[in-house]
Amino acid sequence: MRFVDEFRDADKAHALSAKITALCEPGRQYKLMEVCGGHTHTIYKHGLEDYLPEQITLVHGPGCPVCVIPMGRVDDAMALAAEPDVIMTSFGDMMRVPGSNGSFFDAKAKGTDIRMVYSPLDSLKIARKNPDRRVVFMAIGFETTAPSTAMTVLRAAAEGLDNFSIFCNHVTIVPAIKAILDSPDLRLDGFLGPGHVSTVIGCRPYEFIARDYGKPVVVAGFEPLDILQSIYLLMLQLSRGESRVENQYSRVVPWNGNTVALKAIGQTMELRPYFEWRGLGFISHSALKVREQYAKFDAELLFSVPGVRVADPKACQCGEVLKGVLKPWECKVFGTACTPETPIGTCMVSPEGACAAYYNYGRLTRHRVKEASPS
Amino acid sequence: MTADQQNAGWVADALRVHEEHAREEEAGSTRHGSPQPLPGTVREELVLERIDRARRSRPRVKEERITMSHGAGGKATQTLIEAIFLDEFRNPLLEPLEDSARLRVGGSRLAFTTDSYVVSPLFFPGGSIGELAVNGTVNDLAMSGATPLFLSAGFILEEGFPVADLTRIAKSMREAADAAGVQVVTGDTKVVEKGKADGCYINTAGIGAIEHELELGVANAQPGDAIIISGPIGDHGITIMLARGELDIEADVISDTAPLNGLVAGLLSATPGVRALRDATRGGVATILNEIAKDANVGVLVSENDIPVRPEVRGAAELLGIDPMYVACEGRLVAVVQADQAAQSLAALRAHPLGEQAAVIGQVTADPPGIVQLKTAFGGTRIVDLLVGDPLPRIC
Repeated sequence: MRFVDEFRDADKAHALSAKITALCEPGRQYKLMEVCGGHTHTIYKHGLEDYLPEQITLVHGPGCPVCVIPMGRVDDAMALAAEPDVIMTSFGDMMRVPGSNGSFFDAKAKGTDIRMVYSPLDSLKIARKNPDRRVVFMAIGFETTAPSTAMTVLRAAAEGLDNFSIFCNHVTIVPAIKAILDSPDLRLDGFLGPGHVSTVIGCRPYEFIARDYGKPVVVAGFEPLDILQSIYLLMLQLSRGESRVENQYSRVVPWNGNTVALKAIGQTMELRPYFEWRGLGFISHSALKVREQYAKFDAELLFSVPGVRVADPKACQCGEVLKGVLKPWECKVFGTACTPETPIGTCMVSPEGACAAYYNYGRLTRHRVKEASPS
Repeated sequence: MTADQQNAGWVADALRVHEEHAREEEAGSTRHGSPQPLPGTVREELVLERIDRARRSRPRVKEERITMSHGAGGKATQTLIEAIFLDEFRNPLLEPLEDSARLRVGGSRLAFTTDSYVVSPLFFPGGSIGELAVNGTVNDLAMSGATPLFLSAGFILEEGFPVADLTRIAKSMREAADAAGVQVVTGDTKVVEKGKADGCYINTAGIGAIEHELELGVANAQPGDAIIISGPIGDHGITIMLARGELDIEADVISDTAPLNGLVAGLLSATPGVRALRDATRGGVATILNEIAKDANVGVLVSENDIPVRPEVRGAAELLGIDPMYVACEGRLVAVVQADQAAQSLAALRAHPLGEQAAVIGQVTADPPGIVQLKTAFGGTRIVDLLVGDPLPRIC
């Protein structure tokens, strides 16, 4: 298949793998963080770690939109969904995320009207078809999905729809990366920058990482060769003692981002003073809310939202996994109490969550792989 | 809210399991008296072993109510069947959980199976609920090596359902039955109030004759055996997803619904080396491979490059973030055959119009037991597990 197969070419992968290995200084261990959950998914789905020398460890970052939603916000969404006449609409990824009293799927089974949509515009369709109901869209995601939410709000405003609102949980990636850089737990050598987020915000917002923290950043695409090439580019910078922001995903990511998308976000949303991230705690100016001008589309104002902070179950170590401090299998409940069937933490829910990716695809050590495959 | 209240229900259960494991491990470590932290790879191995143990433990339905996942053919469905139905109905004929039960009545061997059809939309490119209802049951019989003979047909109709549609469905069932060489010999009709069903649901049961002494079953798989697929995968599932019209994607795909009894007859007469047959319906080929690994306690190693997938199906699946390995087929089978019979089996399948694109996709291995590994087209290795529920499209 064109535009896919060329980015999954095993011969090219072998060649890159040799070049990456050659760049490793003897005795040095490298820790590279892939910020985006989409990268984590690709890495495990294609078995990319088989191409990396033992000296390089990939650390999974916080860029999984579902994973960073704290339990309290899930409970708020459940409360919204239970309001009279409400139809809650949500992306599929969110359906399994556990709140204190189960997930959207569980609530749906008990009769709450929760529908899965593929785009916020589908929620608008539902609102048009059901004028006597109040349709709420559970808006989640980084800058990647925020523009489509913004465009939906703008369209709803243009149409004068009065039975549609969004429960805004959009977050921004840069404060989270900064929180990780400032965290004393982790020593990272470089970052694979989030490709999809960067299609919107461009590459400039990462310049502080190179300048102030001296770490290289390579904005990476989502096919396995994109990631392998980006690792090579990071290793090349490290071997030369450089720290710059590079754009490997230039076929999609413009250096200055997408101004139309940014404008739409800016028009409809503004930064919250602070927002709670699962595992990372409260981070200031790290999330978006609906602007006052569009208040009639803000579910948090239209309904009474409990807004109670709920602590994660104490055995859950999603926070440490999200920060990259723990590998998924190092969490105490991984794979026993917490599985994709009955996830305790969010990282086990989304296909982009590090725990789900490792459980579904990676549950073999490299050692086991080498033993088992007759090559 | 206290921590106890907050952790009620599912969390409490999950944590109890966790604490049991933690206690076991603590007991284990004092026994071995190893105060030194173990190296990473060894610790990872221990965790993987612990997970293997947890996966083998007795299945239990943790949800209080049925969710859509229980019907998706993946892990939740298996847990439901094993924890509730198998637990109550347990008997040696049911226990193998094969596509059909194999019975001995008088001197003859029979295969007996049933299946219900609730597909939406009722009509889709390449078929309708009627064809599915016949072919699905015919195929379940064929997978046990039986010659399908007689079917029953039960209809649950919603008040207001157009008679013209019902006529169309009945006609397609008759045509499918003719094509498969079976007869519908008994039936039932119920009508429920508007809103209590979605147009038309069909249940069919079937009986077939087993005219040989082969005991096909996935538990028979042995290291070295070849794994063969009879044709390109995922056509049916993708067709249905697109036919729902919710995705605004168009592709030139049609359902692969077809009766496989002719294909199976050809295969079984060509070679004595067939150990197991399964048709890859809900949960797709990945689910069948996992059933082989689990029931025979063997490893399965397949190669992504060898698995036939039509470009249209691959493209749509790629866009939707779905793995074709999990997408349903309604006219494809997976065969486990002795290694030395692989070429012969492949030739026999390819000789039939429904098996022209049959391919060997991998082999059964001794290790690691219970695990399906995929050699990816990219050249890496990963696990192929059962899905929990429906494939959830990724959002970014």
